[in-house]
Amino acid sequence: MSEEKDYINEVTDSEYKWGFVTDIEEEEFPKGLSEDIVRRISNTKNDPEWMTEYRVKAYKHWLTLKEPKWPKVEYPEIDFQDIRYYSAPKQAEQLDSLDDVDPELLKTFEKLGIPIEEQKKLSNVAVDAVFDSVSVKTTFQDTLMEKGIIFSPLSEAIKNHPELVKEYFGSVVPYTDNYYAALNAAVFSEGSFVYIPKGVRCPMELSTYFRINSMDTGQFERTIVIADEGAYVSYLEGCTAPMRDNNQLHAAVVELVAKKGAQIKYSTVQNWYPGDKDGKGGIYNFVTKRGVCEENAKISWTQVETGSAITWKYPSTVLKGDNSIGEFYSVAVTNNYQQADTGTKMVHLGKNTRSTIVSKGISAGRSNNSYRGLVKIGKNADGARNFSQCDSMLMSDKCGAHTFPYIEIDNKNSTVEHEATTSKVSEDQIFYLNQRGIATEDAVNMIVNGFCKEVFKELPMEFAVEATKLLALSLEGSVG
Amino acid sequence: MIEIKNLKAKIDGKEILQGINLQVNAGEVHAIMGPNGSGKSTLANVIAGHEKYEATSGTVTFNEKDLLSMATEDRAREGLFLGFQYPVEIPGVSNAIFLQTAINEIRKYNNLPELTPKDFLDKMKEKAKIVGMDSSLISRSVNTGFSGGEKKKNEIFQLLMLEPKLAILDETDSGLDIDALRVVSNGVNEFKNKNNAVILVTHYQRLLDYIVPDFIHVLYNGKIIKSGGKELALELEEKGYDWITKGEA
Repeated sequence: MSEEKDYINEVTDSEYKWGFVTDIEEEEFPKGLSEDIVRRISNTKNDPEWMTEYRVKAYKHWLTLKEPKWPKVEYPEIDFQDIRYYSAPKQAEQLDSLDDVDPELLKTFEKLGIPIEEQKKLSNVAVDAVFDSVSVKTTFQDTLMEKGIIFSPLSEAIKNHPELVKEYFGSVVPYTDNYYAALNAAVFSEGSFVYIPKGVRCPMELSTYFRINSMDTGQFERTIVIADEGAYVSYLEGCTAPMRDNNQLHAAVVELVAKKGAQIKYSTVQNWYPGDKDGKGGIYNFVTKRGVCEENAKISWTQVETGSAITWKYPSTVLKGDNSIGEFYSVAVTNNYQQADTGTKMVHLGKNTRSTIVSKGISAGRSNNSYRGLVKIGKNADGARNFSQCDSMLMSDKCGAHTFPYIEIDNKNSTVEHEATTSKVSEDQIFYLNQRGIATEDAVNMIVNGFCKEVFKELPMEFAVEATKLLALSLEGSVG
Repeated sequence: MIEIKNLKAKIDGKEILQGINLQVNAGEVHAIMGPNGSGKSTLANVIAGHEKYEATSGTVTFNEKDLLSMATEDRAREGLFLGFQYPVEIPGVSNAIFLQTAINEIRKYNNLPELTPKDFLDKMKEKAKIVGMDSSLISRSVNTGFSGGEKKKNEIFQLLMLEPKLAILDETDSGLDIDALRVVSNGVNEFKNKNNAVILVTHYQRLLDYIVPDFIHVLYNGKIIKSGGKELALELEEKGYDWITKGEA
């Protein structure tokens, strides 16, 4: 009986478990965006002059751009003057000892299950915890430094490794790339910086955990991951936000550079607040992610997107070097009024480059879920190969699934394959599982997990478990 | 074990079962035969609880419990098994995970501890051998890409794994070649004991050469119009259904 009660509680509470607000004193800028605000952010971050100039240039460029309207998502005009561009807990500097960190912040990350106390947690995951506009704590930095690995908040890296940052910042996603990339370049306040030296295999998973707390604040982080020749790194990111009635903006940029023979595995579990059942509130997740592969290098993107009111992101790989490999594995789940327009771009420039795209879209409620992807084979990409598979699953009669594959081929000695399916969780499947003693909710989870299996198996172990649970929560009560 | 009294049922508003009476006791094998469209599959699905089929009157008592008021999964947990005529594919879900979940759900309902992974695996190996399934089939996704024969074997494999009290096998013999038919029948015979019961739903007499029924019932237009012993099957094989159904149409 009590078990049943627990279950009922779990179901009713499970709308969004991460929706609490941390009561903490924050330093906030006034709302609005101007050159003055950009300079103030730069000043607060103690940027070197080149960075300030870069921001201002980006801001001026942004002013000339128009918000993109091509994604298949609908939302009211965003008032960029009604957003706060900087907000940070009063204790803004990272501290050496956790004893000095505000206990409210510690509690927040504890509640979110983020291991920021090294000795208490799994020893194989290093974490950078970002709260609104600043990094709160980065773990295992010393251990990693012994191998020459840099894992630090971006603002710290700008200070400690200015040459490296200057070399790579904006090298993959320049501020001229698109509207939100320009905005991010102007107002970014934090992010993670990773550098793995030549031939080093990073001994632990690196992860950044993003938390939006403050009201009306946008989060604009930038992540840069550099794997030098022959290096290997697996990087994970996760994110959550409180439940609020208004929409909040998250516009991040991620840049990956895989040098000759290097490998980067980049995994995301995106769980921003999706808005309530009626579509009120939720995060607008407008993100630009791109990586460049040199010769024999490999970049794998794996993403599980369950959160956000609107998701707009296309983690892409430029296969510049010969024999380089790009992979994209994605599960995107939308429920209620969520909208997702997500996919990838694989740009084959080098010879014998290979790419694989596996996209699984699950739509429930009244949501809309689109796959949008580009496979481009350049004229010198002899022997290039791509395989794309886009599967959609519908869980209701009122949701939508769409596929927009774009293919541009300028080389005749290349192979591009595309497969797409759309299916409904069928009554027959549910009946079959019911008849073997499995209740409907569990049956649906089993079917959906089976549908996503090819993607989940690409995730690091702990994330795979989390992703499975998240999927169950996101779709709770959406069938039957 | 199961007692069906005056059961009427419809699908899409059309009355298919027109008052079925049937009692099956532990240790018995019953065969339900009849021409196409007589209501055989409807009977199997109504008992199992498929939501498309609506029981409009009558009762079904299973282990002294009112079966029709139970959820589909609870009927299964009470020990009712339906061998599907067309087993569905569930991509990405391995046979092993699926069966482990099913077994443990059933055990939980009956207040039994979960099977340990080792016991489960041992059992799986033992039962797979009976129906000649190799280990690769076990790790493959449920019925996905299976041939017709493999799907039917998989149904019987599940029957052996779940060890229900009552197995209703809906056209388990359809689409099987003679070798597969022998394997499937052998599996059912392995399952059979004095504490459980089997209802075979079939078109043809040939299955009954391998699984010998205690009783045969002829279903026609939603009613059982004739019941008898195993010799009835031979008579049907010889004369067809016409000689019984003539007066009924």
